Amino acid sequence: MTLLEHLRLWLAMTLPGWAAYVIPALVGIVVMLGFVLTMVIVLIWYERRLLGRFQIRLGPNRLGPEGIFQPLATALKVLLKEDIVPSKGDRIVHWLAPVVVFVPILLIFAVVPLWQGAVLADLNVGIFYVVAISSVSVVGVYMAGWGSNNKYALIAALRTVAQMVSYELPVVLSILGVVLMVGSLSMTAIVEAQSIPFILVQPLGFIIFFLGAVAEMNRCPFDLLEADSEIVAGYHIEYSGMKFAMFYLGEYGHALAYSCIIATLFLGGWQGPLLPPVVWFLVKIMAIFFIIVWMRSTLPRLRVDQLMAFAWKALLPMAIINLFAVAAEVLWLPQTLPWLPVAVNFAIAGVLIVLWSRLFSLGGGRVEV
Amino acid sequence: MTIALKGEEVARKIAESFAEAVAAVDRSTIVVNAGSLYQVAEFLKNTPGLDFDYLNNLTAVDYLDYLEVVYHLSSLKHNHSLTLKARCYEREKPTVPSVVSLWRAADYQEREVYDLMGIIFSGHPNLKRLFLWEGFPGHPLRRDYL
Amino acid sequence: MALKTEPIVLNIGPQHPSTHGVFRMKVTLDGEVVVDVEPVIGYLHRGIEKLAEGRTYTQNIPLTDRLDYLASMTNNLAYVLAVEKLAGIKVPERAEYLRVIMAEMMRISSHLMAVGFFLNDLGAMMTPVLYMWREREKIIDLFEMVCGQRLTYNYMRTGGVSQDIPEEFLPALKRFVAEMPGYIDEYDQLLAENEILLARTKGVGVLSRELAINIAASGPVLRASGVEFDIRRADPYSIYDRFDFDVPAGEAGDCYDRYRVRIQEMKQSVRILGQAIARLPGGEVCAEVPQLLRPPAGEVYGRIEAPKGELGFYLVSDNSIAPYRFHIRPPELINLTALKDMVVGWKVADLIIIFGSLDVCLGEIDR
Repeated sequence: MTLLEHLRLWLAMTLPGWAAYVIPALVGIVVMLGFVLTMVIVLIWYERRLLGRFQIRLGPNRLGPEGIFQPLATALKVLLKEDIVPSKGDRIVHWLAPVVVFVPILLIFAVVPLWQGAVLADLNVGIFYVVAISSVSVVGVYMAGWGSNNKYALIAALRTVAQMVSYELPVVLSILGVVLMVGSLSMTAIVEAQSIPFILVQPLGFIIFFLGAVAEMNRCPFDLLEADSEIVAGYHIEYSGMKFAMFYLGEYGHALAYSCIIATLFLGGWQGPLLPPVVWFLVKIMAIFFIIVWMRSTLPRLRVDQLMAFAWKALLPMAIINLFAVAAEVLWLPQTLPWLPVAVNFAIAGVLIVLWSRLFSLGGGRVEV
Repeated sequence: MTIALKGEEVARKIAESFAEAVAAVDRSTIVVNAGSLYQVAEFLKNTPGLDFDYLNNLTAVDYLDYLEVVYHLSSLKHNHSLTLKARCYEREKPTVPSVVSLWRAADYQEREVYDLMGIIFSGHPNLKRLFLWEGFPGHPLRRDYL
Repeated sequence: MALKTEPIVLNIGPQHPSTHGVFRMKVTLDGEVVVDVEPVIGYLHRGIEKLAEGRTYTQNIPLTDRLDYLASMTNNLAYVLAVEKLAGIKVPERAEYLRVIMAEMMRISSHLMAVGFFLNDLGAMMTPVLYMWREREKIIDLFEMVCGQRLTYNYMRTGGVSQDIPEEFLPALKRFVAEMPGYIDEYDQLLAENEILLARTKGVGVLSRELAINIAASGPVLRASGVEFDIRRADPYSIYDRFDFDVPAGEAGDCYDRYRVRIQEMKQSVRILGQAIARLPGGEVCAEVPQLLRPPAGEVYGRIEAPKGELGFYLVSDNSIAPYRFHIRPPELINLTALKDMVVGWKVADLIIIFGSLDVCLGEIDR
């Protein structure tokens, strides 16, 4: 029973049925939106300061103490800019694209549990819903590229569709590994089943999911759809003003969503000693985001055919092997020794990664299209 | 040290194969007739012992009586250098054979000379203006331009 | 049934974050593969060669600053060397050593910028640029100590240099020379074995040895293709024959080799700097040259090994105070001749990297 359902039962005692249904929904939506938007602003600040520190400079520190009002200034600036629409572009598609990109990301947060029972909708197909919804953004990105009437945007959009579609498979397969161990698709059940965090039990699954998630988020080293140095700004090259703000927020919202999902699936959600559960959840999100920013500031970018080769020839086979290994463990290993799968999985992960790095070297890996 | 070859010796070698080619000789400079420029250049590039495979510089100078195209050649193997010149006496449409097929380095430099001096290089695959736009009146680097 | 495809013409226009200046390429793409590329230049053409015909020889020195504005010292050096050759002027010893010190510092600074922006084109998000900038700031501060300028130095004069170095210059330079090899090793370690860098640059944009010689490539581009030709070795100017340094060369002529050659040239420059500082003599810093110099009638082609290649000046004098003809041999324009050969068959992302590895500066191409 989630907290909102408790609220509904309590309200049903005094209010008519429909009000007792609508009010908790509204409360949940407001809290969730507030959480998302606040965290996105915090993440924008966090990323810019972190990038600065990685690049031996300070990062924004003028507006407010340590620059905490910088994201607000960015938001204000973007809101006040003129909204330019290319005259020969497809107007409806151009207008709809930011919406189609941004809204599914918001929808993902409906099933993310902040702490025990604090989830907007405890679907029993939680993680399946997440995977399904996040693939809708791909269509939005393609719409943005098409509606801009710009060759750079078109190239970027086509690259993105290829990339996001290819990386869905390893992501889904590594999620399946987790689901097999837990036995349920519901997010709350996944967290509760983690007496040992799944990052230890399935290291290979974690690595594959992490890399696939970074690719889904279009972040460096897989950020060729907004490659600043090649196609200037990729699919949002012709957007300005509020629409650009939606893409920008969408990118950080996506990062937040995937950080939350990684925290839920692999790091044990809100579990942890001493501190209140919400704080643990936030700490885990920030830790994952730190690693994502670290990767962004250090690694150069992959080329599109190398990226696809990496997805299809490296991540996908490893994900399939991981799935079979987990299935075998669930079937045959006794439940009383929870640390045994850890050892077995670490061994398998080590062997596979070493084997693949020997056999598959990106210098020669090409996908012939 | 890169040795600058003596003009007279090389002129003698050229005169053995191409009788009327050399017009004048200075310390390390050979002036050839514009018509036989391509043959002399080919001779300089392909003769063993001369082997001028590196075109350092290609430019043109406007002495008001004539326009002179200057080629600075050198050989990486023997580490010697030579200056080759060709003169055009018309100012309306001065023409000189192109050496792009011998040294591709001449590609952009000949286009630049055409753009700024107006000398036409016959045989150049893509003789368009390089810096200025098509339709620019005149050739700015000539001495009588402004 | 075969899929009907159509090539598109993409304009990587004069305003672009990665064209290192105002450079335009008309690229014909078949999907992502480059089929044809046509460079269009002239957006920064200022007519320097014509301007120089109306200025005296000394007034032309600031004009040469603005050619490859990221390596002004070596531009100045090439020009004054050509004028001195034309007029037969002898330069005092201290001035020669100071010139070598400035030229080698300039080479390090230019290569730092080239490598940093090459990695930025690869997508490493300004981080390598800012690390290399740390060292470049120290070099630029040293230059500011000497001549007061940070970008266009106007330091060399016919017959020497314009002013002597202040006292705090040599200790600061010695500190810099002591710690620089450590930094270069740090960059080398971080980047040379990076898998993504190797995958993006090895074998990409190969310039074969024969083609490199035929297009008269020079500088790191020529040396990366396997030709060990350095003007400081083959045709020494100034006092370079007194210094002990190696000439690094690559083998394959791909982008990775061009990057490695630049890193190793930085190490050699630090070596030369150490030797030059140790032997710096006293004395005057400029020969007695008349203010309105009239070189005897004649012509000269003087060339040096600039960071980007062979920078040559062809000067024709008619015994007046201004040159009759002032021609600059631009190393980068000539290196660009083979752009189409290097790029056709690769993808858009590779086009940007190959162009970045050539390390162009539009001031010199367009003049």
